[in-house]
Amino acid sequence: MLSKEQIAQRIAQELRDGYYVNLGIGIPTLVANYIPEGIEVEFQSENGILGMGPFPFDGDEDADLINAGKQTITARAGAAFFDSATSFAMIRGQHVQLTVLGAMEVADNGDIANWKIPGRMVKGMGGAMDLVASADNIIVAMMHTNKEGESKLLKTCTLPITGVQCVKRVVTNLAVLDITENGFKLIERAPGISVEEIVKATEGRLVVEGDIPEMKFA
Amino acid sequence: MNKVVSGPRAALEGIKDGMTLMLGGFGLCGIPENTIAELVDLEVKDLTCISNNAGVDDFGLGLLLQKRQIRKMISSYVGENDLFERLMLSGELEVDLIPQGSLAERCRAGGAGIPAFFTPAGYGTEVAEGKEVRIFNGKPHILESALTADFAIVKAWKGDHFGNLVYKGTARNFNPMMAMAGKITIAEVEELVEPGELDPNFIHTPGIFVNRIFQGEKFEKRIEQRTVRQRG
Repeated sequence: MLSKEQIAQRIAQELRDGYYVNLGIGIPTLVANYIPEGIEVEFQSENGILGMGPFPFDGDEDADLINAGKQTITARAGAAFFDSATSFAMIRGQHVQLTVLGAMEVADNGDIANWKIPGRMVKGMGGAMDLVASADNIIVAMMHTNKEGESKLLKTCTLPITGVQCVKRVVTNLAVLDITENGFKLIERAPGISVEEIVKATEGRLVVEGDIPEMKFA
Repeated sequence: MNKVVSGPRAALEGIKDGMTLMLGGFGLCGIPENTIAELVDLEVKDLTCISNNAGVDDFGLGLLLQKRQIRKMISSYVGENDLFERLMLSGELEVDLIPQGSLAERCRAGGAGIPAFFTPAGYGTEVAEGKEVRIFNGKPHILESALTADFAIVKAWKGDHFGNLVYKGTARNFNPMMAMAGKITIAEVEELVEPGELDPNFIHTPGIFVNRIFQGEKFEKRIEQRTVRQRG
């Protein structure tokens, strides 16, 4: 079973040279720590920076320089600042090549729910609805099951959805799955995890074709 | 063209209960903290506040929530404020949650004389309820309307007496669009400079959008999530 860091590490393998990438809060943020060698990507944060760098050194924090998770960050050489309307023009206008975000639930048709639990938790959607409605390439980073062991990969989302039929790929602690017309398609297994375990943990339609390779980590 | 006023009290001249305010900022970054403190002192109430976030419990718009001065919030993300969540779930506070990009564009549209626009964000979700849907290029979009405010209150790094503004880092965020969308726009700045000191090539908000400007007495600039790495 993958740790959160390993989920991020696996997603980082999807990065390509020249990509502009928007990382959501949580596991997705960790993807920035595993950029494959020899490629250059730029991270966009929707609060208004392109070219986001690592956290500042202790003592160098700047209240005027944060990411969308409100964490203090740095700006890389060649970074740009902009307003929120311009930021979402980049997102809606499909100038960002890859979006990675977390989810509470994903359905086998690509619907995603990650912004609200009625009567219990109302944090708001932030930029998630704009991101999922427009991005061509959306990867979801999530745990395969909840704390009770129930699947979060469902036939239909039970929570209010954030976007319809938008997720392309899901990377969980157990597997890499693509969204296809026939539901989730198993692409890779986490090291040591069997196909049967993945089948058991997936409530939505799941296609398993041929031998399913294990994920490889450098 | 001299728009300088003595301070937040003078800047808020004419504010009344029940008005709609826009307040710039993302989290606690780039919020007009001096004017917010003045709104608390003035005890205006039944306010509708348009702001991406609602501050934290004891800073930013959280101060107005504590005093129950806000009747309705229009925001995209309010997860950092426990009081907000309680007031919302109990029904004491009316809340309109809208996608962040739609919020930014609705403010921009309000200032730019565009009454409404279509966006794909929120299609098929609760956000789309009651809104017109149209297909463009084979993809469904929903109709979102422009937002304006009685007062737009923004915070900038530097400004001059013409109202020209320059923001710093990611403190720009919603401030430029909101500055355009206020019937009266107030800018509080860290540094009020002489006309000519700001290079016209690098003005973010041209002075035409600003009605009143003052240099804030002090800025706490609180950091919400201090994240650092160790040297060496």
